[in-house]
Amino acid sequence: MNFSPLLLLLLAPLIAIVFILLKAPAQMTAGIAALFNLALSIGLLFIYPAAQGGYEWEMNVPWVNLPGLPPINLHVGVDGISLPLVFLTAIVTFAAVAISPGFIRRTSEYYCYLLLMSLGAMGAFISLDLFFFFIFHEFALIPTFLLIGIWGAQNRQFASFQVTIYLMAGSLILLAGLIALVMALPAPARTFDIVALQAYVTVHPIAPAAQDVIFFLLLIGFGILVGLFPFHSWAPPGYASAPPATAMLHAGILKKFAIYGMIRIAIPMLHDGFETCLPLILTLLSLNFLYAGFVTLAQKELPTMIGFSSVMHMGYLFLGIACWNIIGVTGAVVLMVGHGLSAALLFGLSGEITHRSGENRFAELGGLAQRAPLLAVLFSFASMASMGVPGLANFAGELMVFFGSITAKLWIPIMSEGHGIPGAIFTVIAIYGTVLTAIFQLRAIKHVFYGAMPARYDPHAASGETLASPGMTDVSTLAENVPYILLILASLIIGFMPFLLIHIVEPSVSLLPFMPSLR
Amino acid sequence: MGTEHSYIGWFLLITPLAASVAILLHLYKKHDMAIFASIGSAVICFLIALDVAFGNLPAPEPWTWISLPGSSESPSVNIEIGMIFDALSKGMLLIVTGVGMLVHIYSYGYMKNDPGRGRFFGGLSIFMFSMTGIVLSTNLIELFFFWEGVGLSSYLLIGFWFTKESAAAAANKAFVCNRLADFGFMIGILTYWLLSGSVSIEPAVVANYHPAISLAQVQTTLTPMEQSLHHGPSINVRHIGGIEATSFLLTIMVLGLFLGCVGKSAMFPFHVWLPDAMEGPTPVSALIHAATMVAAGVYMLCRVYPLLILSSTGMTVIASIGCFTAIFAALIAVQQNDIKRILAYSTLSQLGYMVMAVGCGGPDAAMFHLSTHAFFKALLFLAAGSVIHALHDEQDIWKMGGLSKKIPLTYWTFLIGMLALSGFPPFAGFFSKDYILSVAYDRNPIFYWVGVAAAFFTAFYMTRLVVVAFLGPARTPAAEHPHESPPVMTIPLVLLAILSLVGGWSIVGIKAHYHDWFVSVLNAVGLVPTGVESAIPLAESGIFPDWLVPLMTVSAGAVSAFFLYRGRDRDPLNIKLLAHKFYCDEFYDRNLVGGQQRTARVLNWMDSWILEGLIIRGAAYISVGVGEVFRLFQTGSLQTYAFIFSIGGVLLIYFTLFTH
Repeated sequence: MNFSPLLLLLLAPLIAIVFILLKAPAQMTAGIAALFNLALSIGLLFIYPAAQGGYEWEMNVPWVNLPGLPPINLHVGVDGISLPLVFLTAIVTFAAVAISPGFIRRTSEYYCYLLLMSLGAMGAFISLDLFFFFIFHEFALIPTFLLIGIWGAQNRQFASFQVTIYLMAGSLILLAGLIALVMALPAPARTFDIVALQAYVTVHPIAPAAQDVIFFLLLIGFGILVGLFPFHSWAPPGYASAPPATAMLHAGILKKFAIYGMIRIAIPMLHDGFETCLPLILTLLSLNFLYAGFVTLAQKELPTMIGFSSVMHMGYLFLGIACWNIIGVTGAVVLMVGHGLSAALLFGLSGEITHRSGENRFAELGGLAQRAPLLAVLFSFASMASMGVPGLANFAGELMVFFGSITAKLWIPIMSEGHGIPGAIFTVIAIYGTVLTAIFQLRAIKHVFYGAMPARYDPHAASGETLASPGMTDVSTLAENVPYILLILASLIIGFMPFLLIHIVEPSVSLLPFMPSLR
Repeated sequence: MGTEHSYIGWFLLITPLAASVAILLHLYKKHDMAIFASIGSAVICFLIALDVAFGNLPAPEPWTWISLPGSSESPSVNIEIGMIFDALSKGMLLIVTGVGMLVHIYSYGYMKNDPGRGRFFGGLSIFMFSMTGIVLSTNLIELFFFWEGVGLSSYLLIGFWFTKESAAAAANKAFVCNRLADFGFMIGILTYWLLSGSVSIEPAVVANYHPAISLAQVQTTLTPMEQSLHHGPSINVRHIGGIEATSFLLTIMVLGLFLGCVGKSAMFPFHVWLPDAMEGPTPVSALIHAATMVAAGVYMLCRVYPLLILSSTGMTVIASIGCFTAIFAALIAVQQNDIKRILAYSTLSQLGYMVMAVGCGGPDAAMFHLSTHAFFKALLFLAAGSVIHALHDEQDIWKMGGLSKKIPLTYWTFLIGMLALSGFPPFAGFFSKDYILSVAYDRNPIFYWVGVAAAFFTAFYMTRLVVVAFLGPARTPAAEHPHESPPVMTIPLVLLAILSLVGGWSIVGIKAHYHDWFVSVLNAVGLVPTGVESAIPLAESGIFPDWLVPLMTVSAGAVSAFFLYRGRDRDPLNIKLLAHKFYCDEFYDRNLVGGQQRTARVLNWMDSWILEGLIIRGAAYISVGVGEVFRLFQTGSLQTYAFIFSIGGVLLIYFTLFTH
């Protein structure tokens, strides 16, 4: 049996957890494991044979054989769609570990949970077996709840509670959908293996009526996990009270699990169901843009605003996959990476701002660029990335989504055959989304960093009163800067040279079933 | 098509980018190094630009930026990053790098004592990088890339003094206005791609695209241009993705592209950001918000001109918006008191002329005026900066007075700029404005007469500015003892003054340069539009010499303002409507911004009370099943659950690795 290097990606955090439990310095150990994974994933990106677009470093080991169930195998492998997400997981994990406070209540537990979250996400992205695909994601959710519940900020108990119920409900619906998918096949053909499953349904499609139901279940399940309108209510308060590192990992990586699942499982295996549900998807994603976009505008607190903005930006990803053409889906994958980086940056930096200033309300903040110029620069970069300013990764992804969606046969039928809302309207809505993002993101910069600074942040204030805090501090040391600079650098590299990523993603996307092509 | 390439061209982009990166990373506190890097990069760019323009340096080899295959339903996406060196871009490149270099040098003196000058020069270098990129772009996506880049640098530099609430607000306003316009620009770009399968704006590619639309149709749209596309002969419709290349889509494309220009060049109704942008340091106002960036919209229109003429509706809209902005902004300028705001409104008005020229079928006239305007408007702003510098940041013209004797060099250069802007012969503005007016007359006499009226007000408000600020007695103590600026600031003034004088002369050849190029490009696509072809339509009409009416009008404007304002301490005119800029800002704040905020608040209320509060949480509490889940996940047992789960995970790995 050949040993897949992908397993190292899982082993590294596990070993780190063991060491941490054996009282090794927690942050250092976790950081080393994350750095190892980062180096390994970058290496894999470089040696992945992109031209073929197939699965690489595959390993298929029988795991358990339960009576009445298809065999469950540990089947791992990555292609050009999952590999960028592996890289994203590695880099965001490193940043999340690095920005975490060195001294915190129950330190070793905290870092173990962070590593477990990352491990779960990583496992889900490299799994080619439905069972492991699902279980790894569940595996990542539990530490998410604990991190929010134990180390969260304002009303963490309630937030943890709400997130738990929501995401568990979403997972249950997703599980029901996945089981239904396997059960819809005749008994001898049933398998948990994603590759085998795909091969089978390509030749013997599931009955259209069943497809509609199963796809709907998967859509709702994945939709809840990703915060598709109207299942987004958990996200903003959850992210607002989560520790920054947790919000980075969940919004940056774990959410992408749902989009990845749509690309890998739901749409290619249940294509008729996808086409039936397309009008619904389009309606919901439009509301993600317009509804969540406007709600974001009304937020008065920085963390909640960023939470809502990350809900809104799921619209681009859904639009990209709804196109189901090479341009749009490639764009969605690139944008997953771009959004992962920018969301991690924004949540991390918003954590720095609220932690250092002791304040998260826009009305109470202001002028902080005077005291924390570097933080201002980093936050501006993050905002520009989120706004889709060219030169950062999100622009490249959004651009491809625009290109892909304007030619896709997206159509919401209204009355009779051939009458309805043309697909280009969704492109227009998505482009309008960039305007809304600019409005709220720039306003955040202005409220936090520009204008006059409240006197309590100035240690040299004229009054002789003693300050509660020693003013506002900047992210001054190298250790504080590096995680953010690393994320920005990754975004810049993809933004300036998107072809680096595209040439890995595109061949795999073009191999997806039902992909319209000239070939 | 030559296949010769030279990598030297890339340094036009690399040099300023490297300077800005160095400043961002390391030099923002080391002011002298930062300034040296920034000015040095501007000088190098200008030298390369000279080589490009006069040494026939070949363009560098393009490289693929995004390449994605199409399908039976959609064209492929092929976006290359390259450079285009033709007459249009060469001319613009010289202006951008030349004026840019002078402003860099001037800024050394102007920003000498500012504690943030390292950051300032970093912003200038980002701007030079992006602006050069716009000029040299070979396709619309590349152009959009840099287009947003200049927007970003503009945002950073308007908000340079970020502790001022008004500067921060102005920076946001500028960015958001441009974003809103870029929304249309992106739609225009996508529509062009949808129709042609390409985003290239190289003349050869665009010429290729024309036959796809049908040449016959195009010619009918042009001569006479009023003839609608709908009445043209049956057209060779191109099907892509089931969409017909109908005149409807062509109009969407043209209006979308034009909307990009409306934002960047601050045409009505997006003009509101430009006057507020005067919150930035004055050299920024000169370079970005007068000479180059705001003209990028006009440049873009000229670049895609062969596409614009595919829609007669679009052309009419372009001409009308330009014409309206010209007179609208000129009227507002008559009642402004801030020296920079007067110049800002005059910039709006002049940009209106240029856009009108494009819409009237005279892109060469637009580029001609763009060039001369870059000289004299940069001059006016830099001279105004010299005044502000001398008076320690006083910008109200009614608090100046008597400056002509005390700072004579600034005065004389400002006067040359004023004469050029107003359109007196033999200064540059006279020739270019005259050319635009003649093109406008050819299209529709209404445009001509409105243009002439705007010229009257231009002369009026500029004369008012000079009379109030420079002549008469000093009105404040600060105006009593101004000091002439140092040579590092006055030398750029003198150079720009010379250009403002000679820029329009035929011996310099700017007009012929663009005219010949547009004629050749339009010949290549098989059409010769009326405006470009007939350079002297008014004279041919035989009514009067074409320069006579504008000259008389301009003189009347100048003379009336001179006698009205000579020796006054307060403004004898008091027109509230103009002083309040036609209440545009108030209207937008109340209706657009306010409406958006109201919508946002209502939706937010819905979200937190109805969607989350009633439906979702209500459903959760009612459902017994979910209630069970609740109990299971209470914090204590949640950890137990997690613990069991972790053990399961460890066992899982154990089985996987060691039992087979």
